[in-house]
Amino acid sequence: MTTSSSNVSLERRAWNIRRHAIRMGEVQGQGYIAQALDIADVLATAYFHAMRYEPQNPEWEGRDRFLLSNGHYAIALYAALIEAGIVPEDELETYGFDDSRLPMSGMASYTPGMEMSGGSLGLGLSIAVGKCLGLKRKGSDSRVYTLFSDGELDEGSVWEAIMSAAHYKLDNLIAIVDVNNQQADGPSTSMLGFEPLPEKLEAFGWFVQRVDGNDLNAVRAAFDAAKTATGGRPSMIIADTLMGKGIPFLEAREKNHFIRVDAHEWQLALAALDERKPA
Amino acid sequence: MKPAAAPVAEALPKKRLTTSAMIASIAGEGQRTRPAPFGHALVHCAKADPSIVGMTADLGKYTDLHIFQQAFPDRYYQMGMAEQLLFGAASGLAAEGFTPFATTYAVFASRRAYDFIHQTIAEEDRNVKIVCALPGLTSGYGPSHQAAEDLALMRAMPNMTVIDPCDAHEIEQAVPAIVAHKGPVYMRLLRGQVPLVLDEYGYSFELGKAKMLRDGYEVLVISSGIMTMRALEAAKALATDRVDVGVLHVPTIKPLDAATILDACAKPGRLVVVVENHTVIGGLGEAVAGLLMREGVHPAFRMIGLPDEFLAAGALPTLHDRYGISTDALCAKVKAWLK
Repeated sequence: MTTSSSNVSLERRAWNIRRHAIRMGEVQGQGYIAQALDIADVLATAYFHAMRYEPQNPEWEGRDRFLLSNGHYAIALYAALIEAGIVPEDELETYGFDDSRLPMSGMASYTPGMEMSGGSLGLGLSIAVGKCLGLKRKGSDSRVYTLFSDGELDEGSVWEAIMSAAHYKLDNLIAIVDVNNQQADGPSTSMLGFEPLPEKLEAFGWFVQRVDGNDLNAVRAAFDAAKTATGGRPSMIIADTLMGKGIPFLEAREKNHFIRVDAHEWQLALAALDERKPA
Repeated sequence: MKPAAAPVAEALPKKRLTTSAMIASIAGEGQRTRPAPFGHALVHCAKADPSIVGMTADLGKYTDLHIFQQAFPDRYYQMGMAEQLLFGAASGLAAEGFTPFATTYAVFASRRAYDFIHQTIAEEDRNVKIVCALPGLTSGYGPSHQAAEDLALMRAMPNMTVIDPCDAHEIEQAVPAIVAHKGPVYMRLLRGQVPLVLDEYGYSFELGKAKMLRDGYEVLVISSGIMTMRALEAAKALATDRVDVGVLHVPTIKPLDAATILDACAKPGRLVVVVENHTVIGGLGEAVAGLLMREGVHPAFRMIGLPDEFLAAGALPTLHDRYGISTDALCAKVKAWLK
């Protein structure tokens, strides 16, 4: 099932995901918060509009698979899994602590709803290719969604998988690349220039859409088109996002790949979010 | 350091040996062989088990997987010359319930795609069988193709089962055994015309088991892979010199058959010699040495393996002699140690 029929708005889902993420960040005093805030709209759309799953049965065979390639975005996916009812909300208090099911970097063996162990970058698309081949072998109509980061475009394995997915006409693959133009050492485009990205991916044989990843209507339309209009091609959604989206003082931070936030600032962040609470 | 130019005139052997093809046959002249035992065994298993799929990175013909491809073209995935993708995709197929056999050369799996095998297969305990040609020193093409370190790397990886089979007979039996085993496996592959040796010893492969092929009171050779074949030849040759050599074959490098090895090494008065087609660092020799030390069993102990250096390019017989893993070299070393 999806919860797309629920009357909670996607805006509110995204807002809740941001709130869960900030609360987990507060537990540790630090984290990849800016990424969680930037990708919350994409995750809300994936989990509450696009994907098929059963919250009480995260390994249901008929589910759509969601692969988090950039394992350091785990805090964002945990927030979505909590919002989706796959992980109980009270577990966010355990984030990053010993024996928690929510470790700092996402791992399949720890967390319900986690389909792969990320962390080492550039793995997700290759696994997705295998899962898509496997689902087609089984005659399954489930789809594989995979989220990866613009920094991962530096990894050669990503391009191996991009070639392979087109070669095998994997129209059951929907990849989302989070283009926030920020990686560990600075702006992604200053590391290994990856633009013009849509033209490259189209030349590689993909159905490509580029959207404002923080515009819920645009993201929703992109997911809909990815499911229907690919013409036998794998689908890539290039989501341009803003690090720290939704919390003005975090949006304004220059160094926001890994954020440390002072104790009082978490309250400021939650207060800033509360001011923007949607219906 | 580059080697000095080889002396040309005076040292020229009568028959000049060349590096020849990348995959030189390891079968000796007149030796019984069987063609493509892995490919045929996999086809046999796949007839009964529809979960088996074959995958390769542009080396189907060179890993005998083309036999599988011919039998099951729709269960064969050519992933191109992309080893990271190969193992990542194998993980994905395994996660969806399939049993992928992923083949390439040992160097490319163990070196180039190590992180992918580590993270997407071993860490997630995926049911992927990694089957790799050109193990150890079985190519004269130099370090690019000589997998001297593969066992050390794969042994170090949690969850990984590591197998170094000796001959066609063993490969035919190992394939169904690793299908039956749930979890990741790394198996060294002998391909093409593969020697047939162990059938004469009433041998049968059991995952995780070492087997005494012949007993001997003076020397115990512990070996895996093609070195078991050499050890058996050396034992026969040394018998004519009245040296009594036993051979314990250890095809499963991990998990090691500790009980059998300890039992064999505890017999008093025997020189134990571990022989491997692998660098002496981190392979069977050090695995056995570590086991013996931990368990307080202290026989006279020696190791024969490839040196800790980048090996030369050249003809295989020349290289096996030079690096001490030919039958003649084994005999000479054992005799010297017994003096």
